[in-house]
Amino acid sequence: MTVSPDLDRRFREAAAAEHLLDLGFDVVESPIGPLLVAATERGVARIYFDADPELHLERLARAYGPRVLRSPVLVDAARRQLDEYFAGSRSSFELDIDLRDAAPFAKQVLGELSRVPYGQTTTYGTLAAKVGAPRAARAVGTVMNRNPIPIVLPCHRVVGSNGSLTGYAGGLDVKERLLRLEGALL
Amino acid sequence: MHTMATPPPFEHFYVEHRDIVLGFLRRRLGAQAAEDAFQETFLRALRAYDRLQHGDHLRAWVLTIAARLVIDSGRRARPVAHELPELPVEDGRPAYAEIEHLADRLPPTERAAVVLRYAYDLAYDDIALALDSTPEAARQAASSGVRRLRAGRIHDRLT
Repeated sequence: MTVSPDLDRRFREAAAAEHLLDLGFDVVESPIGPLLVAATERGVARIYFDADPELHLERLARAYGPRVLRSPVLVDAARRQLDEYFAGSRSSFELDIDLRDAAPFAKQVLGELSRVPYGQTTTYGTLAAKVGAPRAARAVGTVMNRNPIPIVLPCHRVVGSNGSLTGYAGGLDVKERLLRLEGALL
Repeated sequence: MHTMATPPPFEHFYVEHRDIVLGFLRRRLGAQAAEDAFQETFLRALRAYDRLQHGDHLRAWVLTIAARLVIDSGRRARPVAHELPELPVEDGRPAYAEIEHLADRLPPTERAAVVLRYAYDLAYDDIALALDSTPEAARQAASSGVRRLRAGRIHDRLT
């Protein structure tokens, strides 16, 4: 006895409509490969470049609660805006984000990061100075490295003080591609 | 060995049990009514899920929710015919009201078998499904559970 896709979809929609989920997730296709996007009712919580849910579900359940379900509805807004971003028709994201489990320093840095404009780059040191910790460039690098919502929180726009791309969770080729898409690299 | 692991992410629980639950509901309600009951079963499970203390016996748990819905829908349709057996019946089955307060003391498998058989009136085929065992093993678990309960009750009276 197999549950039909239609019955499955109706249950998942009802679960979200009744506000019963701690977290919903879905795979979003993109030109840089499939992305796993996870969102709560407060907003987008995670974007992973490794899109296999099995790699992340246990950890997400520990962080947000056990009621974690694949839920296209909860990630719809993010999916639409990511599509537009990759199509070149969106230069800033208008999404609520849920950073409830981020440490205060990380929250502050990620908040500052979200203000780095499309098509521009900044440096770890500049970002550190902006949060009032000019000597904390390395700590800022760690926050970038662990950015829970890459692309939407544009850590790809942060480069080394000599202009080198340094590193990126999705791989340096992805970082380069995103900067090229935004016209920040020729 | 019993593990007292935390419940898995709901997605895992749902994917693992959705086909079994739908099969059970179809046998009891027919294809059409089973679809509504399917959704309601997992919504109820979801409502209670963050209060589960551990991840043991989840299959029996979700089939118990489904069986409860089957009974409720039977009640609505035919208020008399599907009442729970509250009185002892001819085949020697105990009335559930007689044993309910004692069932908590049973080992988990016997407890599940007793509750599914006498509280929810499941057939041994379905209990076997719930317990991931055979109908014969389910029958034995239920009957040894009942024996244990009767012995316990007598013991209670004596002490």
